[in-house]
Amino acid sequence: MIAAHNAKRMYRFDLMQRLVARLEHEEAVIGGIGNTNFDLWSAGHRAQNFYMLGSMGLAVPIALGVALAQPKRKVFAVEGDGSLLMQLGCLATVATLAPKNLAILVLDNGMYQITGGQETPAARADFAAIARGCGLTGAAWAADEADFERLVGQCIATDGPHFIAVKLDDQPPVTQTERDPPQIRDRFMRGMGAKRSKLPG
Amino acid sequence: MERGWHQIALDVLKANEVRLIPYVPDNVLKPLIAAIHADPFFHAFTVAREEEAVGVVAGAWMAGTKGMVLMQTSGFATLANVLASLPCAFQIPVLLMISERGTMGEFNLGQAAVWRTMRPTLEALAMEHHVITRLDECEFIMDRTIRQAHLTQMPAALILSPLLTGGKAVTRQVVA
Repeated sequence: MIAAHNAKRMYRFDLMQRLVARLEHEEAVIGGIGNTNFDLWSAGHRAQNFYMLGSMGLAVPIALGVALAQPKRKVFAVEGDGSLLMQLGCLATVATLAPKNLAILVLDNGMYQITGGQETPAARADFAAIARGCGLTGAAWAADEADFERLVGQCIATDGPHFIAVKLDDQPPVTQTERDPPQIRDRFMRGMGAKRSKLPG
Repeated sequence: MERGWHQIALDVLKANEVRLIPYVPDNVLKPLIAAIHADPFFHAFTVAREEEAVGVVAGAWMAGTKGMVLMQTSGFATLANVLASLPCAFQIPVLLMISERGTMGEFNLGQAAVWRTMRPTLEALAMEHHVITRLDECEFIMDRTIRQAHLTQMPAALILSPLLTGGKAVTRQVVA
């Protein structure tokens, strides 16, 4: 078990590229608002990616809904620390329902980066410990990039629910996600096989 | 024997293949919640906040499973932001069934105060919503509202009036 303060501060865009590179089975990825999903987008759009535009804190609940609807598909929720703080109760819900196909990835930069870098009120909080306290017993911090890759591999290869927290550096996102909610939803539904259409997708 | 409102709700949800029922409980909803838990067709569970349930139903819809959130009036009052930016913005038919507290004999001033925000919020969001007051209209309103939501890919709210459910009545102030 790696304590939060020992975890290396990593670059969000690099981690998103590493995550996407490991996804070979049309795994769903729900990207939380702002810089979290911007770097998921920058890592290369996939039909199975959903990018939130508001509803701060709902990446895990949305991913839970996808995971319950399609138990054979692995689903990743990628959420910021500030966002998760808004909806900590969802960790208890996930632990209670225990969907085997759900993995939660928390990107902790300790700040509200998109609004000017103000500190979150969680300076002394340990997100992996919070998750374990909610019943996600395997929750862990990724110590460095190699450890992150190992933990993501575990999420893909073994039954969950899984929880990985990472410490981020303060680098800004590479670019921004295109903001067209109905189109994002439409593409994602096709990516999930939940919608067929003769309209070009 | 005439079906009660909760039996009608159960039948309509099944007929429309609405299976996933995350909820924050309410006394008035008790018979419906019990019936849903007793029926293996449904997957019902509690969540910590109503916002969470909106996220769950939105995610499930996008992955091919229909759902509905159960809550009371005070729970609805926590939802304006997520309704605006998730089901309304993304055009996702998140269904809400709201037990109406705060009116027609309410004993709790907190409930009565928050009740006044519900309809203005639904109207400001331009969300389809219907109040069900009569047993003989219950099936039609529920079924058509759910069908329309799914066909048009827009969220909708069904408000269960105390006229339908009996509400949660207390006749006198309790002094301990």
